[in-house]
Amino acid sequence: MMPHLVEPFARPSFEYQLLAPMLIVFGGAITGVLVEAFAPRGARRSIQLVLSLLTLVVAFVALLVWTRPDLGQIAASGNVAIDGPAVFFQGTILILSFLGFLLFAERGVDSAGDAFTPSAATIPGSASERELTAAGVSQTEVWPLALFSVGGMMLFVSADDLLSFFVALEVMSLPLYLLVGLARRRRLLSQEAALKYFLLGSFSSAFLIFGSAFLFGYSGSISFAGIYDSLSSGVDLDPLLLVGTGLISIGLFFKVGAVPFHSWVPDVYQGAPTPVTAFMASATKVAAFGAMLRLFYVALGDYDWNWRPMFWVVTIITIVVGSILAITQTDIKRMLAYSSVAQAGFILIGVTAASDSGLSSTMFYLAAYGFATIGAFALVTLVRDGTAEATHLSRWAGVGRRSPVVAGVLALFLLSFAGIPLTSGFIGKFAVFEAAIDGGATPLAIVGAIFSAVAAFFYVRVIVLMYFSDSPEDAPTIAVPSSLTTLSIAVCAAATVALGVFPGPVLDLAEQAASFVR
Amino acid sequence: MNDFPALTTLGVLPFVGALVVAALPRGRELLAKQITLAVTLVMLALTVAMAFAFEPNAAEPFQFVEKTPWIEQFGISYAVGVDGIALVLIALAVSLAPVVILAGWNDADDNEQHRPQTYFALLLALLGCIVYVFAATDLFLFYVAFEVMLLPVYFLIGMFGRGQRTYAAVKFLLYSLFGGLLLLAALIGLYVISVQELGTGTFDWTLLAGMPIDPDTQKILFAGFFFAFAIKAPMVPLHTWLPDAAASATPATSTLLVGVLDKVATFAMLRLVIPIFPDASEWAAPFVVTLAVISIIYGALVAIGQTDMYRLIAYTSVSHFGFIILGIFAFTEIGGSGSVVYMVAHGLSTAALFIVAGFLVKRRGSSLIPSFGGVQRVAPILAGFFLFGGLASLAMPGMASFVGELTVLIGSYQRWPMAAAIAVIGIVLSSLYVLLMYQRVATGPATENVKGMRDVSPRELVAFAPIIALTIAVGVFPKPVFDVVNPAIERTYSFLHVEPVEPDVPVTDGEGTK
Repeated sequence: MMPHLVEPFARPSFEYQLLAPMLIVFGGAITGVLVEAFAPRGARRSIQLVLSLLTLVVAFVALLVWTRPDLGQIAASGNVAIDGPAVFFQGTILILSFLGFLLFAERGVDSAGDAFTPSAATIPGSASERELTAAGVSQTEVWPLALFSVGGMMLFVSADDLLSFFVALEVMSLPLYLLVGLARRRRLLSQEAALKYFLLGSFSSAFLIFGSAFLFGYSGSISFAGIYDSLSSGVDLDPLLLVGTGLISIGLFFKVGAVPFHSWVPDVYQGAPTPVTAFMASATKVAAFGAMLRLFYVALGDYDWNWRPMFWVVTIITIVVGSILAITQTDIKRMLAYSSVAQAGFILIGVTAASDSGLSSTMFYLAAYGFATIGAFALVTLVRDGTAEATHLSRWAGVGRRSPVVAGVLALFLLSFAGIPLTSGFIGKFAVFEAAIDGGATPLAIVGAIFSAVAAFFYVRVIVLMYFSDSPEDAPTIAVPSSLTTLSIAVCAAATVALGVFPGPVLDLAEQAASFVR
Repeated sequence: MNDFPALTTLGVLPFVGALVVAALPRGRELLAKQITLAVTLVMLALTVAMAFAFEPNAAEPFQFVEKTPWIEQFGISYAVGVDGIALVLIALAVSLAPVVILAGWNDADDNEQHRPQTYFALLLALLGCIVYVFAATDLFLFYVAFEVMLLPVYFLIGMFGRGQRTYAAVKFLLYSLFGGLLLLAALIGLYVISVQELGTGTFDWTLLAGMPIDPDTQKILFAGFFFAFAIKAPMVPLHTWLPDAAASATPATSTLLVGVLDKVATFAMLRLVIPIFPDASEWAAPFVVTLAVISIIYGALVAIGQTDMYRLIAYTSVSHFGFIILGIFAFTEIGGSGSVVYMVAHGLSTAALFIVAGFLVKRRGSSLIPSFGGVQRVAPILAGFFLFGGLASLAMPGMASFVGELTVLIGSYQRWPMAAAIAVIGIVLSSLYVLLMYQRVATGPATENVKGMRDVSPRELVAFAPIIALTIAVGVFPKPVFDVVNPAIERTYSFLHVEPVEPDVPVTDGEGTK
């Protein structure tokens, strides 16, 4: 179907139109770096903000105009596949990133400015830090960094050979390691999180590239199609194949935060600046699942009888461990982190189905989950103790009475996570359970159903606190955000309700897009 | 009225009312209550009109049918329609709504944290969910209403309850969610089977009922459905959430929760479980009947030992739900029809007891039976109401529940003589718990506790009168209810393969009416 890389050198073809969305994002990121270098400090923030948002919008328009997801085209000499899932995930990533970037720009909730430290190089609590804060300096590098990460995510979901796959993973991850360490408040926690994330992330990347080498050794090809071809003709129980699949899976399970590779999730989600957490928890998760789907459905599509048992085990322990550990959390960011581990388990149910409906249900679930996650973390930034966010759960007592809107919208997102009907989360759960039962994985759906009830407990506990408990004496303030954050939250809430009540169009879109090109 | 979307109007109206009421500013509490009452009265009028337009012996299973595609990817449509059973239960819900609102007019006023507007908006939202859960003929729509219904109840208990309200609200929600999610898994399984059997997946009851399903699969799906409904009904041993919820909620919430909302479970056994899983229903019937009998006896025994009036009423309901389920799984027309009448009767008697108990608790500030005594001396009409509620609950002849209990026992004796014989003990026990409670609360010399207790106010009188009227009306002349319900019951049992048991006594003649 397409040339393998071991064939004689041919002039690479480069379909600019298909690659335009990614090129625009990378171009925007590089322009952002130049802005850092040449624009005067005072003007940087507004230039970066406009540039970044504009880049995402233009890339999204290019995606709509120039790609034909129904055709399923291969671009860049077989390195990139622009097919239905790729376009769906790229679009989702762009929209979620846009909403996340709106949070990055928020300066209204923290008295000192945005959520990022003025200079990551200063020692926490030092005089120079205070000076820079007083001067109103802000670390505008976050914008190009985040754009690079977005570009990496877009490549990750469309990478069609093992090398692009790995490169995309690194382009996506490296800026995130930095972004995690840039929190303005609780900087030591933030830096610790960044270091942990970096070390564990590098470790998982090493597993992934190691596994890639094994797969190459088995098939003699780095392209997904090549691996697929050699699988349909070769020996299925080749140790190279088994070890390769296992090692690559470790890398991917790490990125999606599946148990037992989840230990970074709570620390990093808690330590990172909350806007970055929102961005990571939504867009990165979409990208990682998108890439996982492509690898396992395209390259290892005929090998599912062998990887599905592993997915069964990981899915079940992810749901069980994520749900149970979330119950014991006392910090709302950590609770949401464990909830995202459990949610990763629910998404894995769809992946494990290994069918077209498994693919489309996973796509829908990811979109639904992404919106609710950004909204939930955005609301976490609003409840504050003096300067820092009041993340301890007890501080959320009585919020429902003092700010019915904040509590009401957070309750909506939590109910969506819990899978209550008329929210997007319910339709998502419904779709993945349906795919699982249809694909012969009924026990997964039953485990999912039982642990949805367990998970409901900790979501409901927050609602109980907000509505049924009295405020503490020194109640935290509830900041009124600027229009940027408000817009982001409003879009997320609207999407959560719309996808719950009228999911038809998006389900339809996911269903039509749910076929990989090989 | 053929083209008029009666059921959608009935279902949407309370939600619109809820939004309006919730949006009212502080200081307009009275207007909120008036709007709420007006909405429920309009609903009542609409239901009465529908009852007159309803043709009991029509050939098609549902009337007032509306159907529009909703989520076509999963074959889900917005489909509503009622058969005789659903109509009767909607009528019960809609009749009780104005009563409980009037009876609980001031229940939310002393809440320091939450506005009465919220309370009445939640009650209306709950009412809307109740209408949809009975009217849905698409299983997905049913499920959505079944689950969303939990939220208003959860907030009604958690925000406006008393005592351990948070604990009770969370316990209620988690029990229900747990059952609901298993129901969801079973529902999806059913959908997958419909794809295999019918070519296209569907949630349409008319296509799913009678669909051939492999008996072993039926048993698994039956388990998922039955578990959810056994929690909701509630059956022993899954009943413990109910006493907690009833003890913490306001009387209006409890009435709607126990009197109407829990009927969803028994309704769904008739509407969904038996027609869709006939083989599994027959297979499981001995087990279900055993549990039902245990519920009857256990609920009654525990009720005798209660010192809290609300908890006592909750346990009597556990016992009464046992009767309803016994009647349903008797698989005889007289038992099935009797169980529907019993559902109505139980709704009325529970409403009576909860509302009078609410009046008493409001005056005394405690729901413990020992904190009363001799109420009869100071507030004779109130005590009379209490006695009436009690007699309605213990199935005194002439009351609605007598008709229900008798027909259920006749119907179940034909198929399960042993179970019916044991269940009769429940009747004796019910006299015991009702009369003991009445004796301790109302008879004897007036104690210090109740000195100066006001008798019923005109508002309370107006609220309680309809319950008396309905209870006696159904008690002495149940024919209209049987006429509407019988064809639907006949259709329900036509899916089974059991041998019909010829009723020894014709249905309309056997309840002491002639």
